[in-house]
Amino acid sequence: MEALGLLFYGFKVLLTWKILGLMMVGLVLGIFVGVLPGLGGPNGVAILLPLTFTMDPTSAIVMLSCIYWGALFGGAITSILFNIPGEAWSVATTFDGYPMAQQGKAAEALTAAFTSSFIGSLVAVMLITFLAPGIASFALRFGPPEFFAVYLLTFCSFVGLGREEKHKTIISMALGLLLAGVGMDTVSGQLRMTFGLNELLRGINFLVAVIGLFGISEILLTMEERLALRGHAAAISPRVVFKVWREMPRYWITLLRSSAIGCWLGITPGGAIAASFMGYNLAKRFSKDPESFGKGRIEGVFAPETAAHASGTSALLPMLALGIPGSGTAAILLGGLMVWGLNPGPLLFVEHKGFVWGLIASMYLGNVVGLVLVLTTVPLFAAVLRVPFAAIAPMIVVSCAIGAFAIQNAMFDIWLMLLFGVVGYVFKKISIPLAPFTLALVLGNRAEDAFRLSMIGGGGDLRVFWSNGLVGSITTLALLLLFWPLLSTAYAKLRPAR
Amino acid sequence: MVSSRVVDVVVSLLLLALAALLGFDNWRTGASWDSTGPQAGYFPFYLSIILAAAAVYGLVKEGLARREPAAPFVEPEQFRRVLQVFLPTLAFCLVTEWLGLYVASFLLVAGFMMYVGRIAAWKSVLTAAIFVAAMFVTFDVAFDVIMPKGPVEAFFGR
Repeated sequence: MEALGLLFYGFKVLLTWKILGLMMVGLVLGIFVGVLPGLGGPNGVAILLPLTFTMDPTSAIVMLSCIYWGALFGGAITSILFNIPGEAWSVATTFDGYPMAQQGKAAEALTAAFTSSFIGSLVAVMLITFLAPGIASFALRFGPPEFFAVYLLTFCSFVGLGREEKHKTIISMALGLLLAGVGMDTVSGQLRMTFGLNELLRGINFLVAVIGLFGISEILLTMEERLALRGHAAAISPRVVFKVWREMPRYWITLLRSSAIGCWLGITPGGAIAASFMGYNLAKRFSKDPESFGKGRIEGVFAPETAAHASGTSALLPMLALGIPGSGTAAILLGGLMVWGLNPGPLLFVEHKGFVWGLIASMYLGNVVGLVLVLTTVPLFAAVLRVPFAAIAPMIVVSCAIGAFAIQNAMFDIWLMLLFGVVGYVFKKISIPLAPFTLALVLGNRAEDAFRLSMIGGGGDLRVFWSNGLVGSITTLALLLLFWPLLSTAYAKLRPAR
Repeated sequence: MVSSRVVDVVVSLLLLALAALLGFDNWRTGASWDSTGPQAGYFPFYLSIILAAAAVYGLVKEGLARREPAAPFVEPEQFRRVLQVFLPTLAFCLVTEWLGLYVASFLLVAGFMMYVGRIAAWKSVLTAAIFVAAMFVTFDVAFDVIMPKGPVEAFFGR
């Protein structure tokens, strides 16, 4: 097995005191960020990204991805103890997790959540280990038309599969792609959409937008809702942990089903949230007594958590193998790759073996260490939530500003962050989804380059996107997904007529 | 109070205006095809058209929608709380421009805790001082990420 050999190589890259230390720092910061209301996975990673600017890429990605794992674990703490989902994908965890906490079974619920997250991620990491190299080497044969077709597929699947109103998804995506084009055109060197403003020459930085859209706007929303934090205390004893672990094998079908759903939805974009709900609903549907769900059933914690984490982790697969992020956080990590001077895409597996396999190995190690860490430190992190929000809110604002400034050392970016904060707040209130915007902003230039190179190659003929079997089927699939909502309504209307 | 529907329409109109502005600019840059391939404005020009179309679709849909009473965009009480955090953040950005980020951060954290959180003055000032010092050590000293500074830092020779 070539993959196993490479994985061991990855562990060798990883096992230095410096990287292990950064892993711990990342995990602790991540749990912290996951526990705080008004922060979460993507925000935490975006705000803390500047810390990594002076590091080498491998240390940087290990620390950042550990922040992400930590945030995933942390989200479960708030959902179960405080009935506040730290992340959208933890919503389904509150259905049974919080009732369990109310019944005094908080420790069981937490153990179940952490362990099932661990299992979900593990399945997804194994998938990455064995599938990603193959996909990457296949993608090495891609030319610009194939890449554009894959980008198109990503964008179209957001429109076709998303649950938001279609035109709002399209608005969000078109706006992201447009803003990605501001500044100097990479092909001709011409300036576009700068309106004579020198500050816009650099373009609109993706991370600045993300910090504003997620960090600042989340603070505004949290203030608006004024969360009253009333939580349940919990400390986890080894006895409870082993009790839950002994019970676990009974739910193997649920765990397996949720892992599979998670992996599938994680690879296709927009996954984790849908995955957690789907995992929960299917577990309920196949259960012998679905009535007991929502009243504090442990299976109702296992199912969504496994699916959410399998999905959150497998979202990194397309990012590594194709340079296409499967989630908002993966998009930010991708932005990081560019800052550290790496070119995301299939060539990573050839040119930066240490980086790729170090990252994959860190997913294994990070999840094991993270599991032990959260099981032992829950009371500590639950105490974080008792710190008054009036102290946390301004600190988050300052962290956001530091993050936004540090990316390009520009004061202008702090103002831009504020603007995006307001935009994000309004968009969230009128349910324009932000994930397509994020994805479009980070992929915009690459998608445009691929499009223009294909058009040049094809002499300006759109038929270049059907010039061979591979690119033709991807493009067709993309268009099918785009028009899927229309097709399925049309089908539903035609059927009774027959 | 303003309803969600009104905000929806206003946002659609703003997006339409933005699409028109960007579309025009890209058309001026060149949105057609020359000897080297598509011009710089080609891709964004068509995107502005897609954006405009989606915004118009939203407007039409809103116009055709049945007039059931719409939920307010934000309750007055909620809006007051949003301003409570937005205005200080705005002030923070302004102060950062001429006093540097660390002084501005200190003022923001201490002020917010005292006036919005109604936390005792000494606790607020102490928390803010510790937080700012920690940030300074993490970013400026440990990770070499240099923040904007003003006269106060200059006085201490940083």
